[in-house]
Amino acid sequence: MKPLSSSPHELLASPAFKKLVKQRWSVSLVLTFTMLLVYFGFLLTVAFNKQALATKIGDYTTLAIPVGLGIILFAWVLTGIYVFWANSRYDKSVEELKNKLS
Amino acid sequence: MHLLLLQASPTASTLGTANPVSIGMFFLFVAVTLYITYWAAKKTKTGSEFYAAGRSISGFQNGLALAGDYMSAASFLGIAGMVATKGYDGLIYSIGFLVGWPLIMFLIAEPLRNLGKYTFADVVAFRLRQRPIRIVSSVGSLMTIAFYLIAQMVGAGGLIKTLFGLEYEIAVVVVGVVMTLYVLFGGMIATTWVQIIKAVLLLSGATVLVLLSLAKFGFSPGNLLESVSTNYGQEMLAPGGYISNPFDALSLGLALMLGTAGLPHILMRFYTVPDAKAARKSVFVATGFIGYFYLLTFLIGFSAMALVGKPAIEGIDKGGNMAALLLAEQTGGTAFLGFIAAVAFATILAVVAGLTLSGASSISHDLYVHVFKNGVSNEKGEMKVAKRATVGLGILSVLLGLVFKGQNVAFMVGLAFSIAASANFPALLMSIIWKRFTTKGAVWSIATGALLSLVLIVLSPTIMVDIMGYPEAIFPLKNPALVSMSGAFLMGIIVSLLQPEQGAAAKFESEKLRTYLGVGAE
Repeated sequence: MKPLSSSPHELLASPAFKKLVKQRWSVSLVLTFTMLLVYFGFLLTVAFNKQALATKIGDYTTLAIPVGLGIILFAWVLTGIYVFWANSRYDKSVEELKNKLS
Repeated sequence: MHLLLLQASPTASTLGTANPVSIGMFFLFVAVTLYITYWAAKKTKTGSEFYAAGRSISGFQNGLALAGDYMSAASFLGIAGMVATKGYDGLIYSIGFLVGWPLIMFLIAEPLRNLGKYTFADVVAFRLRQRPIRIVSSVGSLMTIAFYLIAQMVGAGGLIKTLFGLEYEIAVVVVGVVMTLYVLFGGMIATTWVQIIKAVLLLSGATVLVLLSLAKFGFSPGNLLESVSTNYGQEMLAPGGYISNPFDALSLGLALMLGTAGLPHILMRFYTVPDAKAARKSVFVATGFIGYFYLLTFLIGFSAMALVGKPAIEGIDKGGNMAALLLAEQTGGTAFLGFIAAVAFATILAVVAGLTLSGASSISHDLYVHVFKNGVSNEKGEMKVAKRATVGLGILSVLLGLVFKGQNVAFMVGLAFSIAASANFPALLMSIIWKRFTTKGAVWSIATGALLSLVLIVLSPTIMVDIMGYPEAIFPLKNPALVSMSGAFLMGIIVSLLQPEQGAAAKFESEKLRTYLGVGAE
């Protein structure tokens, strides 16, 4: 059985396609702004409040060390979240839409 | 050279003398990679194979290759050295280099893969007028590549001289010749595998170095930090003088972060994978490996500070560039030093090969095909030009390496990132997300970004004070990206709004099937 087919033009105008594009950019932009916020937040803390980062959290370890390494880990985790979302949700919708194309 | 006395080290360093292990290792690396080139040459017939490895690279492999392209000798030796001499500030710098990767993933990777063919200009020009876009974007690409290449070549010559005791000129010629062979005969297939091998060598070498060093501290990073703190003061473990002016911080941060998303040799790698899904996976893999690498350089830097000693490191090189190598010698002996030195050399080779390939693509694919041949290419002709461009760039890079010998070229990496962030990134992003972006807008945006970067860096303290020796600079920021990138975005938006381009806006809608579903992607 062939699925309901539509022309490229109809597909572009379909609510399902529009929703996909909108969702894609919502996810991307939320993740982008999270990254920007964390990174520039860190830079501004370094610029304006070095003392806070110099706080000792162990005998010698400063707060700056887990924060700095944490940002590296956080950046990687964000890419992981995106991959997980795209693989599980986005790709599925893409496949469904592609199947509709005649 | 072997008379250098190291205060904290029980034995004198053998840096700068011919080390049989490093020479052997290096020849082995060159032999293996040239064999791969020979193998790749048989598979490199068409344009798609030369520029994009026939889109046959897997997501994981491309992730490693991307990491290989990005982890230059400058970041391995330079960041470890910065941590070894300045402490925590080195980490702030490396964080800047990492955080651009998530943005590549969220904003650029998939549309780039779906819309383009071989270069990022394919995407910018997709719905705009080909000729003007191709001209300006290849100028943006080639400027980024040229400055990056000069910095790499000069660094390579100096580094190899220190490592092997080889003359600067010979080192530059060797690097130029070997990398030209990779690109000329093996194209993207050989370049990718060189990157992968190098990435694995670099990551495993650095891991062993960290393990050997931590072993001296009972495998406790706490003990390492204690040693750093007691010997050089607690302030080494917290942000220091690296960032004093918040605008400087913001500007450099923007350049590092968004410049990464505008580096032509990085963007080009997304065409080597079969589809958008693999492109996505490769960014995840690359970000993981690069993040791990910066964690290693951080530990290597502190270990070098504690074990080799700051005075000894600064005695050999003021910037601390030899810290990782001195640490390797101290923890693993001459043989391990040889191994790490050979890895550093391999790193340089791989990075310049990637740069040369992307430069050659810009010349043959963007300029020759779309500007001189009006988009009507015959594959044979295009390949011929690509190969000539490769040889030309190989010769040029050697000449530039010789011309800039002994010059302070450290600022050129910052400049390359600033141009990438200001000329390449804004136009690429606007062409992907903004319907009303026009040809004129793109041309003005790229030209503004490139010109402002160039002019402002000359007027900045980086050149006027540090190199030319004026007491004060005309432009206050060390890196111009804050102004040049904002200028590029602003110019692109204003010019596009002033003079709409109907066709481009209509095509933006119809290209959406390709952008988001990958329908018709090459």
